[in-house]
Amino acid sequence: MSEQVPALELRHVSHHYGARQALDDVSFTVAPGSFCVLLGLNGAGKSTLFSLITRLFALQKGEIRLLGLDLMRHPGAALAELGVVFQSRTLDLDLSVAQNFYYHAALHGIGRKEADQRTAELLKAVGLADRAKDKVRNLSGGQMRRVEIARALLHRPRLLVLDEPTVGLDIGARADILLLVRGLIAREGMSVLWATHLTDEIEPGDSVVVLHKGQLRAEGKVTDLLLKTGAGDMRSAFVALIAENETRGAA
Amino acid sequence: MSIEAAAPRRLTPAAFFICLKGICWREGLRFLHQRERFISALVRPLVWLFIFAAGFRQVLGVSIIPPYDTYVLYDVYITPGLMAMIQLFNGMQSSLSMVYDREMGNMRVLLLSPFPRSFLLFGKLIAGTLVSVLQVYAYLVIAWFWDIQPPPLGYLTVLPALILVGLMLGALGMLLSSLIKQLENFSGIMNFVIFPMFFASSALYPLWRVQEGSPALYYVCQINPFTHAVELIRFALYGQMNWLAFAVTAGCALVFMSAAILAYDPSRGLMALRGAPGAGA
Repeated sequence: MSEQVPALELRHVSHHYGARQALDDVSFTVAPGSFCVLLGLNGAGKSTLFSLITRLFALQKGEIRLLGLDLMRHPGAALAELGVVFQSRTLDLDLSVAQNFYYHAALHGIGRKEADQRTAELLKAVGLADRAKDKVRNLSGGQMRRVEIARALLHRPRLLVLDEPTVGLDIGARADILLLVRGLIAREGMSVLWATHLTDEIEPGDSVVVLHKGQLRAEGKVTDLLLKTGAGDMRSAFVALIAENETRGAA
Repeated sequence: MSIEAAAPRRLTPAAFFICLKGICWREGLRFLHQRERFISALVRPLVWLFIFAAGFRQVLGVSIIPPYDTYVLYDVYITPGLMAMIQLFNGMQSSLSMVYDREMGNMRVLLLSPFPRSFLLFGKLIAGTLVSVLQVYAYLVIAWFWDIQPPPLGYLTVLPALILVGLMLGALGMLLSSLIKQLENFSGIMNFVIFPMFFASSALYPLWRVQEGSPALYYVCQINPFTHAVELIRFALYGQMNWLAFAVTAGCALVFMSAAILAYDPSRGLMALRGAPGAGA
């Protein structure tokens, strides 16, 4: 058996907007089947990283591999393995939930019959089976998020990336979404990259990547980071990690 | 759990067709949902036809010029121009909706598809063109009752011309949408694209009359691709072919389309220079 291929691998990725450096030599991997939290304050470079992984921006420097596929050389094949939930809402508000799903399926070359079947299955999984025919506009913020997550899974991706998916949700809806995504990975057996600035979304078994001002501050399991910083919880560990100005590199 | 390196999934021709169909279907649904857009797309040329053309009927005499083999009323003369105008507005409107899509993130959903980006943008163009062709036929139905009755076969022969013109104007709109960062409203496009293109063309007056008035304007009209779009439609509506108009329209369609595809390419395009669409860095 060959070695396991990382779900996502970034090597020496840098990005700048004009003179402003948004990412500076960032390298990390997301192990297969893991729940990886990308932790950083606003402006840390998380969204830039997402735009690179989802190929909205060209890679200026470095290398990104999705399940071993080079994003520059095999963009189509790599994107087929990727499910994305963006920070801003990307559903068509005037269409029904099912219509949004059908459109997304078509964009992945999935026919009507399979799309219908998969839609029913996923909407059931996110607890919205009865809302398929409703216009997206009539859903609540938390429901829209659940629909977007279900939609991202429609084409059976093996890596799901979410850019601050709990932004703008109340505490109850936030907990629901987290629970849902953790349940879904267990069910569908995929890897997750979850970007957030909230340390309470992290669980002990997760791996964590800490990004600050475009630089990688730490990478490792929760226990490693606690050990490294000597902090009692992830919140203090995060504060400690972004406070050390000189330290860089993986734990 | 073991995950092996992904084998590139095959995109079959059937999958390409499903994708294209899905893009067209969504565009059609969106159009149906925006009822005001359909009504204004229909009312605009009818206002020109019922009011403007009726008023100018006596002022402007049109001599016998090809493709007409008899004297025609001014209403009949401007009909191809108004058909092209419908497509011009539609092309610019879909460019606006692409800017809106980019802000709203729908563009992100489209560009996440594993199909080649050029194919996705082309699919979007086809979808917009089909919508504009439907609008033109709706206009022709009403115009028929206003005694604008081209030969029956003309309704069929004009179809390829409408598709080509739709592609050209849609591609122009798409190119503009990639250049424009943010559009506050439609007036910028109106003033700087639609009005100059429409008025400096053969849509409202035959070019020989323009030449009598202003040789300079005549020259401008002749290099305006919209003039050739109008003439292509005019000839096709009467079952005739205007090769020059065809060549210019097809050439411009190709150039605009290639430029738009380049502009949306992440490695060369303008999107990267501008920073993140929507959310910001």
